[in-house]
Amino acid sequence: MKLLSVNDNGLYCNVGDFYIDPWKPVKTALITHGHSDHMRWGMAHYICHHHTVPILKLRLGEENSVQGVEYGEEFEIKGVKISFHPAGHIIGSAQIKLSYQGEVWVFTGDYKLASDGVSQPYEQLRCDHFITESTFGLPVYQFPSAHDIYAAINRWWKKNAEEGYNTVLLGYALGKAQNMLAHADRTIGDIYLHGAVANVNAALNEVGYQFQGERITSDTDRSRIKEALIVAPPSASDTPWLRKLKPYRIGMCSGWMQLRGARRRRGVDMGFPLSDHCDWKQLNQAVLQTGAKKVYVTHGYENVFSRWVAEEYNLQSSIFKTLYNDEEEESA
Amino acid sequence: MMDFIMLFDAIDQTTKTSGKVNAIVQYLEEATEEDKIFAIAILMGNKPKRPVKTTDLRAWAAEFSSIPLWLLEESYFIVGDLAETLMHVIPKSNQETAFHLVTIFQDIMRLQGADIGEQRSIIIDYWTRLNGTALFVFNKFLTGNFRVGVSRKLVIKAVAKYLNAEEPVIEHQLMGKWNPFEETLQTLFKVQTDKHFLPYPFYLAYPLESEPETLGNISDWIIEPKLDGIRGQLIIRQDELFVWSRGEDLMTDKFVEFNELTAILPNGIVLDGEVIPWKEEHPLDFSVMQTRIGRKNISKKSLQDAPLVMVCYDVLEWEGEDIRSWPLWKRREKLIELLQTYPVDHVLKLSVSKTFESWADAATFRREARHYHAEGLMLKHKDSPYEVGRKRGRWWKWKTDPMTVDGVLIYAQSGHGRRANLFTDYTFAVWDEGQLVPFTKAYSGLTDKELITIDNWIKRNTIEKFGPVRSVQPELVFELAFEGINRSSRHKSGIALRFPRIVRWRKDKPASEANTKEDLLQLISSVHESNS
Ligand SMILES: [Zn+2]
Ligand SMILES: [Zn+2]
Repeated sequence: MKLLSVNDNGLYCNVGDFYIDPWKPVKTALITHGHSDHMRWGMAHYICHHHTVPILKLRLGEENSVQGVEYGEEFEIKGVKISFHPAGHIIGSAQIKLSYQGEVWVFTGDYKLASDGVSQPYEQLRCDHFITESTFGLPVYQFPSAHDIYAAINRWWKKNAEEGYNTVLLGYALGKAQNMLAHADRTIGDIYLHGAVANVNAALNEVGYQFQGERITSDTDRSRIKEALIVAPPSASDTPWLRKLKPYRIGMCSGWMQLRGARRRRGVDMGFPLSDHCDWKQLNQAVLQTGAKKVYVTHGYENVFSRWVAEEYNLQSSIFKTLYNDEEEESA
Repeated sequence: MMDFIMLFDAIDQTTKTSGKVNAIVQYLEEATEEDKIFAIAILMGNKPKRPVKTTDLRAWAAEFSSIPLWLLEESYFIVGDLAETLMHVIPKSNQETAFHLVTIFQDIMRLQGADIGEQRSIIIDYWTRLNGTALFVFNKFLTGNFRVGVSRKLVIKAVAKYLNAEEPVIEHQLMGKWNPFEETLQTLFKVQTDKHFLPYPFYLAYPLESEPETLGNISDWIIEPKLDGIRGQLIIRQDELFVWSRGEDLMTDKFVEFNELTAILPNGIVLDGEVIPWKEEHPLDFSVMQTRIGRKNISKKSLQDAPLVMVCYDVLEWEGEDIRSWPLWKRREKLIELLQTYPVDHVLKLSVSKTFESWADAATFRREARHYHAEGLMLKHKDSPYEVGRKRGRWWKWKTDPMTVDGVLIYAQSGHGRRANLFTDYTFAVWDEGQLVPFTKAYSGLTDKELITIDNWIKRNTIEKFGPVRSVQPELVFELAFEGINRSSRHKSGIALRFPRIVRWRKDKPASEANTKEDLLQLISSVHESNS
């Protein structure tokens, strides 16, 4: 009997009678991180890292029953030992480790090994069974370092400012937005925020994070916004809200921007391949370093990556069919 | 100094045509003389043939990158472009060398004659020395589908700007196949004082948006069926023939049927008309023309399958005199006279002028124009001179509305190339005795936002995956427009549409209210009844 398996509601632990990142309402849900495909509404009780708590309350409502835990803090449900460990994906993101009768399982949620300078750095765990995402599980995805990209963004902002343009950066409101803000060079100009980003920043402020930037409200005097950096979610593109910020140049931060086709389709002036997921090399490294004998591949290029792991490393590898959806450009 | 890779990046990173033109001009100002001529050749699409087999290329790349071939193939499938796939999988080089265009061009030519072992070692040597865009462009030369995001037109514009010359002159000088190894900027662009090959600027009609009654008395108008070919000017001067298309491309080489006219017609003639394939007193479908134009070499068979004529509607020059200021009725008289005088009726036809009692009669013809191989009517005031460019007032095009059908989305496929990762290629079905039968594919017409929403919907509503194709729940209905419809034995449904495109997403319609195959068959018989 496997400790973890997938049923209609989500990733289920039979022994402990709880779910991880379920997609339908259940009694007890362990949540890896605050992105909407992993943290859904309707659970009777949520358990997540305590930095994810304010995000959960922001997105799903104050009234939810939520328990925050620390990284590395061990607790038990019906004899299953549980602990959360940094996944390096976004603030508060966790890999979830389960131990039962001497067997260790790890579910990565979304993760990356490379540092982004904001999220708690990935912790390399050891386990017997490793459940990994595969959003960028193809050898064509090999990302430059996030810090090189931050430098490129600042150079681009500076150039735009010199030519009299605003710079709009699109990126997911939770994760990318904070990474960009933490590394934006304030000496170039002012920084403004779309409401969705400002809301996330305010929530994270409750657990001690501070990010630069002024929220744009209906009262904000748009004529003041000149040569500035504006951070907004991808859904803001092509909206009247954005048009009021003209003249601007617009860039998109997403791992998908690695490919020319995706860049062109987005219709942005610049695509920065800034990803909060593992690239090909990192996925391989993670799999090998867990020492796992059994690997389960979820959302992404699961067929390809699972076959590769089995053939290249002689590991038992199979696919977990889940409904997580980082395929959207918005969230990767 | 700006090298070719920087030029490629500059063109690639701007969507504005002015930015692209400026980048080319800047490159021409800064590059070495020798590189310039090769760059112009490449930008114009005059590039070496694919020097190696892509199957070999894939095998070498997989080996060089230490991945199995199947993984390279899967990656290629997702990326959609082999050169880009190779750029990403090939290990990063730390001994980067400059991109010397002429040397690379020479090496590519050398590959064409080399044996397979030599090919492999030349290519791997480059792979160990190139990174990023340079590696990508090199791979593009190898796969033979190198395209820079500029049209011929823009390159001509840039070269003209750089040389301070007129665009049609440059176009003429860059015509045909020329060899960058044998030319220099001086030989290619030697100053020409003689401009006998130049066309007049085309006079273009605006679409008619108001009611035709606003145009006044119908008897003041010359009304012609609007044919769907390639608008062109046919020039005979100094015993030479030139055929220019409306895009001001010189098409003489493609339209060999007109070559004999230099022997028949006197010098100093310019005709304006529609070049169109024609058989047994009827124009053929535009797709026939496209197939022929697409071919590099015109075979005997394509000459037989798609013989071209020009349906002439205007004469702009006669006996060397510019007569564009004459009223249209007078130019038309001259046109009729010259078409009757010379034995040209196998390649030059007179555009029919229709006489209607009233605008209502004209509207009836327009509605049924497809029955007469036309896509609507052209309305030209009988006193109109031949003006320059697109002008309102005296020439109007009055096109037939496209036909539409509501189809149900049943299959989706992720876009190849530009649209990897997003399901954008759709197959639609109509009802046939309670079953949905696929009848067409269609791509364009949706906004990016809609594409992303539908992409998400597809991922959540997949029934089955067949390789790249997903079948989806038959729920979404789309209105599709098309220009023509025919029976076809090559299509499973027995129906072929011309230029199908998505007009809008019918969120208001359930799948049960989509059209039926019976509806389409009726449409076919109503469109074609007058032809049979
Ligand atoms: Zn995530
Ligand atoms: Zn995910």
